[in-house]
Amino acid sequence: MQGTTRRGVLLGTLAAPMIVESVGAQGGAQGNFDWRRFRGERIEVSVQLSPRGQILTQHNREFEELTGIRAGVEVVPEQQHRQKIIIEYASGRPSFDVGEVSLHVNKRQVGRARWNTDIRALIADRTLTAPDFDFEDFGQGMRTYATQADGRMDTLPAFADYFILYYNKELLAAKNIAVPTTWDEMFDAAKRIEDRSRQIFGHVGRGVKNANVVFWSSFLLGTQQRDMINDQRQLITDTDEAIWAARQYQRFLRDASPPGSIGFNWNECQTTFMQGRAAMWVDGIGFAAPLEDPQRSRVAGKVGYAVVPRGPANHHCALFGAGYGIPEASRKKGPAWLYLQWALGKQMQLRMLAAGAGVPARSSAFGNEEVISASRFPREFFTTLTASGRIARAGLPEILPVTEFRDVIGTALTNTIGGADPATEMRAATAAFRPILERSERET
Amino acid sequence: MSATSEVGVLSGAATAARRRKNYARQYVWFVVPAAFAVVATILFPWLFTIYVSAFDWRLGSAREWVGFANYTKLFTDERFGWAMLRTLFYTVLAVVFPLILGLAAALVFNRKFPLRGLARTIFILPMMATPVAVALVWTMMFHPQLGVLNWLLAQVGIPPSMWVYSPDTVIPTLVLVEVWHWTPLVMLLILGGLAALPTDPYEAAKIDGATSLQTFWHITLPLLAPYIVVALIIRTIDALKAFDTIYVITQGGPGSSSETINIFLYLQAFAFYNMGYASAVVVVFFALILTLAALLMWTRNRVKL
Repeated sequence: MQGTTRRGVLLGTLAAPMIVESVGAQGGAQGNFDWRRFRGERIEVSVQLSPRGQILTQHNREFEELTGIRAGVEVVPEQQHRQKIIIEYASGRPSFDVGEVSLHVNKRQVGRARWNTDIRALIADRTLTAPDFDFEDFGQGMRTYATQADGRMDTLPAFADYFILYYNKELLAAKNIAVPTTWDEMFDAAKRIEDRSRQIFGHVGRGVKNANVVFWSSFLLGTQQRDMINDQRQLITDTDEAIWAARQYQRFLRDASPPGSIGFNWNECQTTFMQGRAAMWVDGIGFAAPLEDPQRSRVAGKVGYAVVPRGPANHHCALFGAGYGIPEASRKKGPAWLYLQWALGKQMQLRMLAAGAGVPARSSAFGNEEVISASRFPREFFTTLTASGRIARAGLPEILPVTEFRDVIGTALTNTIGGADPATEMRAATAAFRPILERSERET
Repeated sequence: MSATSEVGVLSGAATAARRRKNYARQYVWFVVPAAFAVVATILFPWLFTIYVSAFDWRLGSAREWVGFANYTKLFTDERFGWAMLRTLFYTVLAVVFPLILGLAAALVFNRKFPLRGLARTIFILPMMATPVAVALVWTMMFHPQLGVLNWLLAQVGIPPSMWVYSPDTVIPTLVLVEVWHWTPLVMLLILGGLAALPTDPYEAAKIDGATSLQTFWHITLPLLAPYIVVALIIRTIDALKAFDTIYVITQGGPGSSSETINIFLYLQAFAFYNMGYASAVVVVFFALILTLAALLMWTRNRVKL
C-alpha cells in the first residue's frame, strides 16, 4: 500500500478516538449528517484579534479533525481588520471564505454591496446543515441585528457586546458608596471618590475621537430621543437631548476623569482601571477577562459589574455586535458553512461565555449552570449580562458612513473636553455630517 | 590627397558605418523587463490614481465622473488645510532638530575619547528599532498617570506634562520621538563627511591663529555643507511621509490636533472609503513633495564641492 508508513498508522490509531469523541461532542442528534463530506478541502478564515478570535484559533484543530477540512485562521487587530475585509470584498476576490463583520460598523456596507451570501438558503439545506444546528437558539434580537433591511441574512450572529459599568469595589466601599443607578448618582460618586493627590479618580472613559462616540451614545440612549437618526433617517444629533448627552459626556470626562483623558481610548482606560486608579468605567463587556487576570490586573477579584445607569427618560445600554459571513465570491461555500456551524455552535458559544470573551448570540449558553458556576467570573458578571441583554439598544446608527459619523461627532465631543461649548460643537458637527448622511441615504 | 584628409575621409566613413549599424538598438529588448516593471509598479498606479481622482467613488458604490470637483473641494476643505499646515510644522521641527543635534553628535564622536566606539554604538541603537515598536513603547511612557516620563519629572520637582494627551503638546511630543529615533542617522551621515574632510585647511587656519569657533564656522561647516544637504533631503522626505509613529501613538488626535496629510489621507481612503477624494489628496501631496524635492536637489547642486 503506497504511502502507508508505520508512523502514519500509529498516528491514525491515536487520533481516531479523539475524532470520534469530537464528532460525538458536536451533538448526538445529528444522525447521519456527514461532517466530512468536504474533507481534503482548505478554507481561509479572517477574524478580529480578540478573546473570541483566540478561542477560535485555540480550537481550530477540533474543526479540522471533525470535518477533515483544513482551516487557515487569520487574526487581525480590530480596526485594521475592518478595513482589510472591505478592501478585499471590493476587489471581488476576497482571500477568505469566512469573514467576521462588525455589525455596528460594516453591516450596511456589506449588505448594500451584497458581498456576502444569504445564509438562509444554507440553513434551509438539510444536506448541508447539521440537524442539531438549532437556528432558533440564536436570540431574536441578534437574528434581527444580523439581518439586512431587505430581509437577507448575510452573516450568522456571533456575539453581542454590551456597555456595562465596571466598578472598583474597594474604592466604592472605602467611601461607603452604593453602586450608582443614575448618571447623576454616578457623577456624584465619582467626585466623592476622587483624590488627585493620590492619583485616584472617580471615573475613566474614552476621550479620543471616534472611540468616544459610543460613550456619548450611552447617555443619549437614556433620553426620550434615544436614537441618532429619526424614522425618516435624518440626523438628529443637534437636538436638546443630544446636547444634554454631550454635556453629560463633557462633565464626566472633564470634571471626573484623569487629566489627559482627551487622548484616552479603551486601552488607556483599561490600564488606568487595572491599576486601581479609577473607580468606575463604562465600556464593553469584553474587558472583564483582562480585568480579572491576576497576572495583569491589580484589581482582579475586586471588580464589580452592573448595568449602566438609567437616563432621565429611558434605561438602555449600548449594543454592538459581530457576525460571521461567507463571501459571495467564495468558491468554498459548503466547507465555509460547516465552519460557521462549528464556530458558532453551542459548544463554542459556551466556551466564549466561560472565557468572558463576549456575549454569545445563542441563548442556550446562558442556561448552562455548570459552566457558569465553574467560571472564574463572579455570578454578578453573568447577571449583568442577562440584565443588559434586556435593555440593549444599538449604540451606533445603522448607516453607511458610520466611521465618518464617529469621526465628525467624535471630534466635537473631544473638543468639549477641551472646554468648547457642547451645544455649539454638536450643532456644527451635525451640520457637517448631515449632507454626508443625506447623500448616502439617497444612494441607498 | 594629403594624409590628413585621407584620415578624415576614413574617419567619416567609419562613423557612417557605425551609424548604419547601431548596436544599441539590438539591446533594446534587454530593457523591456525593467521598463515593464516601472510601468506596472510606478507609472500605471500613478495614472490610475489621477484617473480615480476625477471620480466621486466610495468603495462598494458606483463611480460618478466629477472632473476636477475633488480638487476644488480640497482647496475649500478646512480640515485638509489644517492637515497641510500641521504637516509642514511637524516637518520643519522634525528636520531642524535632528540636523542640529546630529551635527553636534557627529562633532563629538569625531573626536577621540575613551570608549568612543561603545558610546557611538549606543547612540545609534534607536535607529535600529522598528518604528511601530518604538511608538508603542513611547505611548506607554507618555501615559499621564502611569507613564515613566511624568514619574521622572516628578522626581526632579517638575509638574507633569500631558505629552500626546493634550492638543497643545502633541506635535512637539511626536517630534521628540522622531528626534530620538532619527538623530543617529543624521549623525552617521555627517560623521562620514567629517572623516572625508581634508586636513590642509585646518593646518592653515591653525597657523593663522583661528579660534575653534572660527574654524568650525569658516571651514568645517562649508566643507560639510554637501553632507548636511544630503541629510536634509533624507530627513525632509522621511518627515513628510511620517505615518506609522503618529498613527500608533495618536491616530491624529486628540481631536484632529496631530492629523497630518498622511493621516488625513489614510482616513479618507481606508476609514471613510472615499477613494476619489483620497486620490486627489495623493496627487496634490505628490506635487508638493516633487516641488520640495526639486528645490532640495537644486540646493544640493549649488553646494556641491
